[in-house]
Amino acid sequence: MPKVKIDGVELEVPAGITVLQACELAGVEIPRFCYHERLSIAGNCRMCLVEVKPGPPKPQASCALPVADKQEIFTTTPVVQKARNGVMEFLLINHPLDCPICDQGGECDLQDQAMGYGFDRSRFHENKRAVPDKELGPLVKTSMNRCIHCTRCIRFATEVAGVEELGATGRGESMEVTTYVEHALSTELSGNLVDLCPVGALTSKPYAFEARSWELSKTESVDVMDGLGSNIRVDTRGAQVMRVLPRLNDDVNEEWISDKTRHALDGLRHQRLDRPYVRRGGKLVEATWDQAFGAIEAKLKGLDGAKVAAIAGDQCDAESMVALKDLMKALGSPNIDCRQDGAKLDGPRGSYIFNPGVRGIDSADAILLIGTNPRWESPVLNARLRKRYLSGHCAIASVGPAVDHTYPVERLGAGPATLRDLVDDKLGFSEKLKAAKHPLIIVGMGALTREDGAAILALARDLAEKLDAVRTDWNGFAVLHTTAARVGGLDLGLVPAEGGRDVAGILAGCEKREIEVVYLLAADEIDTKRLGKAFVIYQGHHGDAGAHRADVILPGAAYTEKPGTYVNTEGRVQLGQRAAYPPGDAREDWAILRALSERLAKTLPYDTLSEVRARLVTVNKIFAALDQQAAGSWGAFGKAGTVSDAPFVSPIANFYMTCPISRSSKTMAECVASRAQLMAAE
Amino acid sequence: MLSDKDRIFTNLYGFHDWRLAGARARGAWDNTKAILDKGPDGIIDEMKKSGLRGRGGAGFPTGLKWSFMPKEVKDRPHYLIVNADESEPGTCKDRDILRHDPHLFIEGCLVAGFAMRANAGYIYVRGEFYNEAQNLIEAVREAYEAGLLGKNACGSGWDFDLYVHRGAGAYICGEETALLESLEGKKGMPRLKPPFPAGSGLYGCPSTVNNVESIAVAPTILRRGAAWFAGIGRPNNTGTKLFCISGHVNKPCNVEEEMGIPLHELIDRHAGGVRGGWDNLLAVIPGGASVPLLPKSICDTVLMDFDSLRDQKSGLGTAAVIVMDKSTDVVKAIARLSYFYKHESCGQCTPCREGTGWMWRVMERMVTGNARLEEIDALEDVTKQVEGHTICALGDAAAWPIQGLIRHFRPEMERRIRARTEKLAAE
Amino acid sequence: MAMITADPKDVPHVEHFAFTPENLVKAQGWISHYPAGRQASAVIAVLDLAQRQQGWLPRVAMDAVAKLLDMAPIRVYEIATFYTMFQLKPRGKYLLQVCTTTPCWLRGSEAVMKACQHAADGETFSVQEVECLGGCVNAPVVQINDDFYEDLDETSINKVLDAFRRGETPKPGPQVNRQTSAPIGGATTLRSE
Repeated sequence: MPKVKIDGVELEVPAGITVLQACELAGVEIPRFCYHERLSIAGNCRMCLVEVKPGPPKPQASCALPVADKQEIFTTTPVVQKARNGVMEFLLINHPLDCPICDQGGECDLQDQAMGYGFDRSRFHENKRAVPDKELGPLVKTSMNRCIHCTRCIRFATEVAGVEELGATGRGESMEVTTYVEHALSTELSGNLVDLCPVGALTSKPYAFEARSWELSKTESVDVMDGLGSNIRVDTRGAQVMRVLPRLNDDVNEEWISDKTRHALDGLRHQRLDRPYVRRGGKLVEATWDQAFGAIEAKLKGLDGAKVAAIAGDQCDAESMVALKDLMKALGSPNIDCRQDGAKLDGPRGSYIFNPGVRGIDSADAILLIGTNPRWESPVLNARLRKRYLSGHCAIASVGPAVDHTYPVERLGAGPATLRDLVDDKLGFSEKLKAAKHPLIIVGMGALTREDGAAILALARDLAEKLDAVRTDWNGFAVLHTTAARVGGLDLGLVPAEGGRDVAGILAGCEKREIEVVYLLAADEIDTKRLGKAFVIYQGHHGDAGAHRADVILPGAAYTEKPGTYVNTEGRVQLGQRAAYPPGDAREDWAILRALSERLAKTLPYDTLSEVRARLVTVNKIFAALDQQAAGSWGAFGKAGTVSDAPFVSPIANFYMTCPISRSSKTMAECVASRAQLMAAE
Repeated sequence: MLSDKDRIFTNLYGFHDWRLAGARARGAWDNTKAILDKGPDGIIDEMKKSGLRGRGGAGFPTGLKWSFMPKEVKDRPHYLIVNADESEPGTCKDRDILRHDPHLFIEGCLVAGFAMRANAGYIYVRGEFYNEAQNLIEAVREAYEAGLLGKNACGSGWDFDLYVHRGAGAYICGEETALLESLEGKKGMPRLKPPFPAGSGLYGCPSTVNNVESIAVAPTILRRGAAWFAGIGRPNNTGTKLFCISGHVNKPCNVEEEMGIPLHELIDRHAGGVRGGWDNLLAVIPGGASVPLLPKSICDTVLMDFDSLRDQKSGLGTAAVIVMDKSTDVVKAIARLSYFYKHESCGQCTPCREGTGWMWRVMERMVTGNARLEEIDALEDVTKQVEGHTICALGDAAAWPIQGLIRHFRPEMERRIRARTEKLAAE
Repeated sequence: MAMITADPKDVPHVEHFAFTPENLVKAQGWISHYPAGRQASAVIAVLDLAQRQQGWLPRVAMDAVAKLLDMAPIRVYEIATFYTMFQLKPRGKYLLQVCTTTPCWLRGSEAVMKACQHAADGETFSVQEVECLGGCVNAPVVQINDDFYEDLDETSINKVLDAFRRGETPKPGPQVNRQTSAPIGGATTLRSE
């Protein structure tokens, strides 16, 4: 380990890091604009200059300079101070002084650093540069006069998002960050550009002039828009969610979130269920909680438990799911399922989680995608796959839909036949998988939600075992879920009990009138027409498919409105905090179930959130281990059988609209339109 | 004065045939195999002994530069890159080599490439030199046909391929790492150093970038011996040099002369003297636009080599002598250079992108005196804020001419400001 | 001259661009100069081919270059807007590239520029101020398409332009009596042969 001296203090630092990183380890802050630890080094802003001995007599860009043994680094000398002041002055001469009307105000790197290195008046008496704004689609607003040409956005688009569409045209002071030909960026990660922009050149379009950062309350939470469980911060003003930002978690989302995670939030304001409803004379009419519970009580009275069923939705918190499960048990119903899409998953934990964890992607050296389009199913995880591709020596292939992954993927075939060929060692790619130390097999819902899903799961399992991909030191069997609630639901056993019906069975039962009451816990992704004449209780937060069909509506809370436990695709248990209260008469979901149980004289044995959480641990001790990830138990799963020739189809046809919240979002609707326009132009 | 027998570029003006036959008659490609037989280390040693300093402007010892290349070719091939992106205002010497003596130069490419264990070389010719590039391409073709390039070049047992690559209008591509970027098909934006090209250059492979003239003189040095070259000029400033004399002289021209020739002699002997006589001289930019100008008082005695000019806080640069007589609006002459640097800044790093435009705009006001006196100090301060703070030397190059102007012509700048202020007050 | 940094709107619409078979062969020739996978190195050469074929560079031509070299179009747009020799708008038959940098300016490029501006009609002649062309000892210099016309003054540039108007190609190089970069009146060196 090299020994360096930073401002006179000696320190040992890891070899191979940069001078800037060494300074950070020493607790010495280095100002910077272009440097970003997740992007390639540009070294262009020149703000991070330090003096280094031995070295040339001029200051060096610390972001790009590797540390060396016996190096002396000076960060506070007059030379350094002068250099930084100079750079700051240069950055400001053409930067508009429009902080009062700039959305970045209050969280602007330039503003902050100008306090330290700026001067209180200008020596620049020329006209400032005027740069035309650019059209980058419905999410990113540009104000290009403010651009300081750090190129973070270009590097993000090119490197992380994998869409080489942003560049810098022209040169010198005429250089402009642009797409050249006006169009929205074809990435699902564009909102991150706004976070990366150190100034107000790229700001959030939907959030434009909505709020000031210092007015907002900040709450740590977990995203529910896909199965990744991105760590987020929910910023609220009063009862309203104003924005969603990523939180740093290298194990999960690094510091990225998808555009849906970030921008579906206006959907929280529309189509909300803010009071109970009861259907009378074919019409849903407003009701009190008492009336709604009364209607349910009347219906359930004396009804055989076998005629009752429950389906948990895709964004449910574990607390409400365990309450639902306990209530069904109390009612004597074995008919419960959390797999709206019919995924054939109910085996040991190792059969349904992303065993190697998101971090496992980094060490994988051959990757096979089966029936998945990770770009749409989990854009941030897809960026991780791209990152793995970029670091080299990792072959990636897919059996599934032909899509642009943003990195090269060898498409071996479309459906199960190809998978069987792989198992039977008939394809060249098998060699790469066999040669790999850490083969990674990612199985998507496109492969598992089919009729023959169990047989395909068995094939994938065979392949994993054949490749010795499931060992004590490595488990490369990875299921990529598309929903936030699924792993939690499976962990809690929200699958049919002995003799019970799954979702398909429940719907068939409704049609045949064998099921008379269906409890939909925020479940909107089923074919509600098939509910037949059943009495439908819908508990949820949006007036989506389920509510439209309901006989009784119990208004619940969206994910930002309740403290909730979610288990992501890797099996990581994470907590989301309440950022705002649910609207109107709506309540936290587990509490609704608890209240209903009392009315039904089947009182659930918990009165507080901590008691519910204790119950979670009783059901599955995994819920005691927050923020941890490990491979799941392995055992027999899947069911050998015949498979069809039908190609795998990703369950997500429209990335921007996959849940009641995103379907209610105008911003997402604009994204859909913008993407359609982009496709048409191509 | 250098005698013709010691001149390397005997077809500098193109009086003779530039093709292979003519070049051979003048001594090019004469037993090149014997040179190569010295082996890479022998060649580099001889080049070091000759004292040749790079002719592209920085004056870094050529032999030493070649020695930075790895001694063995491992997994990555080595590349020779020749910088023929001649764009420094005042400079037009490489142009004559390319169009009139391409074979001497191509032979140098083989020798240099061999010495640095490169099997391939790229010559980056500025895009505007279309006809020059055509001559070069044709000469390369002739050399291949004669077995001088390609497989077993000159019977040496060494394979060497040489390619001509045209630019498309960007001064910055004369910066060696910008040139490499451009050669890779990107914008000519200089790279951060380290890594240096010898470690990671073209396509991430060991590479060395040399100026055309540095390469073109190599075969003659190796044929006639390091001692011959080192015997010309002054210690640490050896050999012959191509000078470009432009501006207010009676007979602007290129000429090959001895390093260290007095500036006065150079101008009088070859360029027909300063227009209106030596006493009509105002100032000289002695080494291309990037170096600070010298007032007549210094020009009277200064010698034209790296160390003498550095001692006068200027530089030999590319040895492009831009002469300005007393009729010159010297502020405007420098303001035009400021515009040049603003126009040619790649825009990558902050001080240069923002500073060159700022400096040019202030300089334009200085031309008419539309400024306050203290702005001269502010301008100088801005040049210092650019200098030494940029990724490449373009920032320095933009700063130095202004610093030279302020150093030597501050009274003239002040006079203009006062005159304008007085005129406005009178109105 | 304002730099073009966005897809220009005030240009004729060009629907389609395809390299001629000869140019495609030439392009492949350039590509062959670089190691496999490094075909982007040929981007300047191939853009130049496209420009010579079309007379200027409409976006479809840049897209064709991007496709041929397997580059993202934005990377090609960056190149085309960075290097000054690429013409993103149509120009006259003869492009007068007048150097006005200090060495040319010292020797009268202003008068030459005026003459060229006077002649520029957008059809026969277009004029463009350029930075140092690298012909400083033959200043002032004007590059007309590929050729340098040197040692110009108002009279001689007008003569050159008149010749072009008549459909002739005047002899490039010094427009005074001198051999290339040698001093007027004869070289002071290299006279021994």
